[in-house]
Amino acid sequence: MNQFTKKFLASAMFGTLLAFSAHAATLNIHNGGDPQSLDPQKLSGDWENRIAGDIFEGLVTEDAKDNPVPGQAESWTISPDGKVYTFKLRDGIKWSDGQPVTAGDFVFAFQRLVDPKNAADYAYLQFTIKNAEKINKGEITDLNQLGVKAIDDKTLEITLENPTPYFLNALMHYTAYPLPKHVVEAKGQDWVKIGNIVTNGPYKPVEWVPGSHVTTVKNDQWYDTKDLKIDGAKFFVLEDQEAALKRYRAGEFDIMTDFPTDQYEWMKKNLPGQAHVAPFLATYYYVLNAQKPPFNDKRVRQALSMAVNREVIGPQILGTQEPPAYSWVPPGTANYGEPAYVSWKDLPYKDKVEEAKKLLAEAGFGPDHPLKAQLRYNTNDNHKRVAVAIASMWKPLGVQVELYNAETKVHYDEMQRGQVEIGRAGWIADYNDPDNFLNLLTTGVAMNYGRWSNPDYDKLIKEGNAETDIGKRAEIFKKAEQLALDDSAAIPLYYYVSKNVVSPKIEGFVDNIQDIHRTRWLSMKE
Amino acid sequence: MILNPAKRELLAQELLEAEGLAPEGRSLTKDALRRLGRNKAAVLSIAVLTLLILAAFLGPWFIPFNYEDPDWAAFRIPPSIETGHYFGTDPNGRDLLARVLYGTRVSLAVALTATVVSVVIGVLYGAVSGYIGGRLDAIMMRFVDIMYALPYILFVILLMVIFGRNVYLLFAAIGALEWLTMARIVRGQTLSIKHREFIEAARASGQRPFKIIVKHIIPNLVGPVVIFAALTVPEIIATESFLSYLGFGVQEPLTSLGTLIAEGTDAMESMPWLLIFPASFLVALLLSLLFIGDGLRDAFDPKDR
Amino acid sequence: MIKYALRRLLSTIPVLWIAVTACFFVLRLAPGGPFDGERPLPPVILKNLAVHYNLDKPLIQQYLIYVGDLLRGDLGPSFASEDFTVAQQIMIGLPYTFTIGTAAFLIAIIVGVAVGCLGALYQNKAPDYILGALILVGVVLPNFLIAPILQLIFGIHLAWFPVGGWGDGSIKYLILPIVVLALPHAGRISRITRGSMIEVMNQNFIRTAKAKGIGPRLTVMRHALKPALMPVVSYLGPAASYLLTGSLVVESIFGLPGIGRYFVNAALNRDYGMVLGTVIFYMVLIVFLNLLVDIAYAWLDPKVRNR
Repeated sequence: MNQFTKKFLASAMFGTLLAFSAHAATLNIHNGGDPQSLDPQKLSGDWENRIAGDIFEGLVTEDAKDNPVPGQAESWTISPDGKVYTFKLRDGIKWSDGQPVTAGDFVFAFQRLVDPKNAADYAYLQFTIKNAEKINKGEITDLNQLGVKAIDDKTLEITLENPTPYFLNALMHYTAYPLPKHVVEAKGQDWVKIGNIVTNGPYKPVEWVPGSHVTTVKNDQWYDTKDLKIDGAKFFVLEDQEAALKRYRAGEFDIMTDFPTDQYEWMKKNLPGQAHVAPFLATYYYVLNAQKPPFNDKRVRQALSMAVNREVIGPQILGTQEPPAYSWVPPGTANYGEPAYVSWKDLPYKDKVEEAKKLLAEAGFGPDHPLKAQLRYNTNDNHKRVAVAIASMWKPLGVQVELYNAETKVHYDEMQRGQVEIGRAGWIADYNDPDNFLNLLTTGVAMNYGRWSNPDYDKLIKEGNAETDIGKRAEIFKKAEQLALDDSAAIPLYYYVSKNVVSPKIEGFVDNIQDIHRTRWLSMKE
Repeated sequence: MILNPAKRELLAQELLEAEGLAPEGRSLTKDALRRLGRNKAAVLSIAVLTLLILAAFLGPWFIPFNYEDPDWAAFRIPPSIETGHYFGTDPNGRDLLARVLYGTRVSLAVALTATVVSVVIGVLYGAVSGYIGGRLDAIMMRFVDIMYALPYILFVILLMVIFGRNVYLLFAAIGALEWLTMARIVRGQTLSIKHREFIEAARASGQRPFKIIVKHIIPNLVGPVVIFAALTVPEIIATESFLSYLGFGVQEPLTSLGTLIAEGTDAMESMPWLLIFPASFLVALLLSLLFIGDGLRDAFDPKDR
Repeated sequence: MIKYALRRLLSTIPVLWIAVTACFFVLRLAPGGPFDGERPLPPVILKNLAVHYNLDKPLIQQYLIYVGDLLRGDLGPSFASEDFTVAQQIMIGLPYTFTIGTAAFLIAIIVGVAVGCLGALYQNKAPDYILGALILVGVVLPNFLIAPILQLIFGIHLAWFPVGGWGDGSIKYLILPIVVLALPHAGRISRITRGSMIEVMNQNFIRTAKAKGIGPRLTVMRHALKPALMPVVSYLGPAASYLLTGSLVVESIFGLPGIGRYFVNAALNRDYGMVLGTVIFYMVLIVFLNLLVDIAYAWLDPKVRNR
């Protein structure tokens, strides 16, 4: 019997055992896709975050409301210039094999993250750390130049390039998790395999059947294990949301992390209180190619933006009440206050359309000289609906839209090359700070799909990043945001909402803006 | 026994006249059509099919709505007489009746084109390969094996991806896949038939191979070919809807029955009309095609049951 | 017979090689690469990834590396999964697909042939029409419609079976997926069988047997069965490959960790190694099945055997 058959049988048997331990409170979560890996440095998706955040823990971790609270670090101090953070690690923190977690494990992890050899997708998230970017680019080859140092086994010092108000938030991200140096060095690539893997979070992974599920159980070496009410979780892979909803209704899933929008009305009637729709830190938008005529004409961009009836998108087209977006940074973003808005936000829709027609006429377009454009989006039911609706909203202006959908990879490939005329995109915040959104419009950034470029904007962003006072920083950023909105740099359409379905058996599930719900805060009624 | 061709024709003529049937040369077809006329299910199916085709191609002229413009006042409404949306509207506010008719048109076009392509290529290929036999047969079937060995969906995706999305390419790709099975079946049947006595007789009397293939083998293949062709149509429509389901088939705002059903399946409980109407059209379409196929097979069967 | 089989298998190796080479290069022509996504990676990361996976080397060199690995049995890394190689993913998923695929295949044949024979036996009488109508449901409705309907009825309303998942592998988890997978093929097989049976039963040798007084219709049918199955056997080759693509839908709706989903997802994700791996695996399987089909032909029709 070969290795894999043995493993398959072993997991099948283990799974059966787990299934039969009836008194154990196991949470069945519908997670969507398979994780790329159990190695936190190889991830990039929110479904992967759910698993990683249960089995690992960083210096700082999320509470039920997604606020940063002490994790592996019990306290920290920040230098007056905001660039040096010193963390004191908690007593008694251990890996699931009993070995202590030391500051050295954090240094090892950060160095591995930025080491270009490892090609970590999300290394750039920690580029605020001194020399991180230079090492990742290969400009510095000595990993020890990285601004992460172990003063002793229980003290960790991190030095930043700039004062970064959102740094604690960034530390909650999986790129900042420690790694078990002793296991990674001993086992190399195989350290993540079930049987080898060792973690420091409230739970540890015990089984992974690709295409089916990942199983975790309580980590008895974690410092607060006795407080955990849930004994383990199963993260199920199932991309068909309708099928997932059926399994939820049959009781096979306790939590669904997304649901088909068409079912919202039905769920409100038949599964009252179980569908959770909450504001989510993400913006859905269309980019216009600012380098290609006629979209390089600001009037054309503004006209197209004004003619979109944003108020119907959430309630009618999608059905889940997504709020209309008239600003670039979503309201509710930390360190910011109220965002900037487009000047024409409160005009009645009829007037917006009239104004749009006027602008287009000025730019030389109208029913006799129609504006022809290709609208691209990646294959997805919701994107299709929105695109169809918006195309029909632009029709009365004499705009003729050709709809084109492509698979996600092809779509983004074209977008990144700046080839699209009008393209759909979405941005989910990596961390809770306006900088994450404003960055999308800076010159030279790959994510700036529309290639909109404004030197004044770039200057303001740079200025904001160097400012230590949070209030002043927000002011500067708002100026930049207003500039971009006035120039119609892109067309924000709506803010995402997080969609979950939570069984009434579950307690402790708090809707929050980054939609993070760690299993340690949940409990189940029988 | 060697029969003089002229004498053979004469004998055939006499036999036919004796049975009191039409004395013309193409009596086989007329005969078959008459038999078809006696098959009630087939006749009913022809009527239904004709109705569907007429509705699909002429219907849209009579409806005030078209298939792509949303009716902003009526999103997701169930069928009603007052609003004029007899089949209701979809989540984008588009009239379902218009979309179903339009979708039927597209599905029919896809199915017809692909079937014709696959039948023509498949029958010729399979009959020639089976009849000639030997080396040629081995090579031809080897080619079919190679084509088969590629997972078809991958093949289609690769085509779509390199040459861009195009409805005509879609038809061609689907047709290019279906002929393989037809060729296989035809070859199998040919292998069985070619050793039968009347073929031996024809060969002995000096008929050229191609003529034998066309005049004797192919007509005897009609049964399984017709059945398989009639069974291929649902498969083609299913393939097309499967591809649309993945994002490769008919593109927005065009739609097909398969796409409509895929959308309707998701809304089975919340908006059942989205599923019921396109599904009913599809079922009617396919059932009628199947019964017609059966009827044709029975009609062409030279020996009466 | 064995020599023939071996010769056939060996002759497919060059075919396999050509197909894999063609696929390898054609895949690269497709727009979009494996690392394009919703969040574009900064150029420095992309460069690191390219180096990591040898994608920065000239294409010919990449090809040679791939073939070299292949000869050693290594199908290469998968871009969609860091923790499992292509070979590992296929080996893990194979038992699941194989189990339901084989079960569905056998059930489709047994049910299909049985219903077809019954239909021929009672041709144009009530049982023929009733059975025929039932079986048509499977042929006419797409499997992505039948699956959710069955899930709704049997999983939720009647709660006889779980709605999805492999669970502990017990039969209750497998019944619905197998039914959905088998139904369209059972339908087609039954129709082919029925039609073919009717034709064969009307042929001379059967008429002669009947005239000679050989027993009731049932016995006659037994004589007719072997030749009647020829078109069915022709269908079996493609049926097996359709089962694999059918399993894509079934596995994704029921959440089963088989290999069906790899085919399409790999192409969509530009996971070159996985695409090639599944193509190879698929081709080997199909070649093997075709061989079986040809052997079945020979067994069924003595005229062919004696060629």
